[in-house]
Amino acid sequence: MAVTSSIRESSASVVRAALTGGKRDVKGMVFAAALLLCLLTAMFTLTILMWDVITQAIPVFQKRSTGFLTNDLASSPDKAGVSQGIWGSLVIAAFVVIIAFPVGIAAGVYLEEYAKPSKLTSFIQLNIRNLAGVPSVVYGILGLVVFVQALEPVTGGRSVIAAGITLALLVLPIIIITTAESVSAVPSGLREAGFGVGGTRWETTRDHVLPYAAPGILTGTMLAVARALGEAAPLLLIGAITGRLAEPAGQTIVEKLQGKFTAMPIIIYGWANEVNKPGKITGLTFEDLNAAAIVVLLVMVLVLNAAAILLRNRFEKRRQA
Amino acid sequence: MQPSLSPRPPMLTIGDFRGNPRRMRRERTMKVVLFAAAVTSIVVSALIIGTLFTEAWQFLKELSDTVGLGALIDSGEAPGWYPRQGRFDIPTIVIGTLIVSMVSVVVSAPLGLGAAVYLSEYASPRVRKWLKPVLEILAGVPSVVFGFFALRVLGPDLIQPLFGTTQPTSLLVTGVAIGILVTPLMASISEDALRSVPSSLREASVGLGARKVTTTVQVVLPAAVSGIVAALIISTSRAVGETMVAALASGRIGSAPRVLDPREPGLPMTSAMAQLAQGSDQVVGVGPAFQSLFFVGALLFLMTLSLNMLANRLVARVRNKY
Repeated sequence: MAVTSSIRESSASVVRAALTGGKRDVKGMVFAAALLLCLLTAMFTLTILMWDVITQAIPVFQKRSTGFLTNDLASSPDKAGVSQGIWGSLVIAAFVVIIAFPVGIAAGVYLEEYAKPSKLTSFIQLNIRNLAGVPSVVYGILGLVVFVQALEPVTGGRSVIAAGITLALLVLPIIIITTAESVSAVPSGLREAGFGVGGTRWETTRDHVLPYAAPGILTGTMLAVARALGEAAPLLLIGAITGRLAEPAGQTIVEKLQGKFTAMPIIIYGWANEVNKPGKITGLTFEDLNAAAIVVLLVMVLVLNAAAILLRNRFEKRRQA
Repeated sequence: MQPSLSPRPPMLTIGDFRGNPRRMRRERTMKVVLFAAAVTSIVVSALIIGTLFTEAWQFLKELSDTVGLGALIDSGEAPGWYPRQGRFDIPTIVIGTLIVSMVSVVVSAPLGLGAAVYLSEYASPRVRKWLKPVLEILAGVPSVVFGFFALRVLGPDLIQPLFGTTQPTSLLVTGVAIGILVTPLMASISEDALRSVPSSLREASVGLGARKVTTTVQVVLPAAVSGIVAALIISTSRAVGETMVAALASGRIGSAPRVLDPREPGLPMTSAMAQLAQGSDQVVGVGPAFQSLFFVGALLFLMTLSLNMLANRLVARVRNKY
């Protein structure tokens, strides 16, 4: 393999040299370099961003150690911590898993396996594509009017329940689209085999199509959760707390879910607007704390993203083999 | 009832092919359940459109009852968006959004397209395997993190010294940060468009003796042009709707004069919305200040929707062509 490709390479370069009279293709090289530069710029920005955030966050983790992760929001950078934000973000992720996963996967399966080409079907498809492009802040308006105001008896108003449902709806189109894509990539031979031994459509879908499409669906759902974890704009409209957040009076889980809340991206937004005065004990500013909060959020989001990418690459390779 | 006269085994009937009624019932139930899930997306759209436009209508009605609809276009000496004074100058925030999205396209279009051409035409599969995830990781960084980055690094360390702006936050900084944010999106849609160009076109060009750069610029790019335009439109639409970077890095809180210079601090629509929502408890002023949130939201929705529909049409054209 390696030998033949190197022979091919060398003979190609011999032919090329003969055709071009041995001159170097300067224009082509400049073009290729410019293209690579575009990619490297993106890479460079990512590196600067990460470097900047991580170097600023290290002293916070050194001086505050676990206190930063276990403390509540506070007005002093010596005491403030992100525990409430982690809790809020995890609850939101749970809502996405509970609401958006089943509905999104079911809708994707319906569109690929059941829907006949009709006006209604193409309308649903067009509608989903457009929903995927609606700005997140507009979903915030939906959350504010429907889940905060109209459904207040259930959600408790400006609560993590309202936020969770809103973000579940926000990522629904992503899950539907990725599910539909992975289901349509399932070879039709699998379905025909299922029908051939007398399976109904649902039985074939459940036992053959879905297991084959599972890695693709899983990748999509992981990206969706990552997206929901990083989304801040809808939470601002729903009324997540950016300042100090007292523990809600209620003790039961329902009362806690219906109380005021915050989330990691909202803490970052709030601290970015905070006055930069160093704390008396640790000498840390809210800006330092914010860098540390970003590291916490990035770990949550990028671990999911990286896992999704690895999973996809792995299965792509196995399918090709 | 079978006639008992015949000793022969009973014949197969149609009923035998109908299958187990329990399985059939489950089949029908599942079909309904899955269909209901698909219809949920229509319900969500209906809810979004319904709430946006009833609340926006409410705003217009209250506005005409209090300060009059003329407040939507400020014709005073120093026009601007001052919700608490009952001055809702729509051009101010629309111009803010347009400036930011134009700057972001200027940044993301060359970067994204260049990266896409490199990945699709030049990179070997092995290089591609390593470089592509970088873009995907960049795409995964939450927008609020870009906002912080714009506020802390991009503004004071790059844009301010380079363009001599008066303060570290400005529409320009916001636009550049959003441009970096949407570069992965631009790259991934353009790459899809480039990869869907049949390789026979490339082979024909190379067969005629064209160099790689000529093939790429004169054959592949023109063949993929509608997909690339779609990528441009989708990234513009994303930039128009981007909220957190705008809210953190544009430099105005809640109100702003009308500005045309990107180097000035300004107030894009999304930033205005975020700040209206936050100040909801304190806003007391002339006219329906808080309600204006819904009007701006409806406007934003219409802008992004029309951009997305246009892009969808272009993408469909690419799909039909090849």
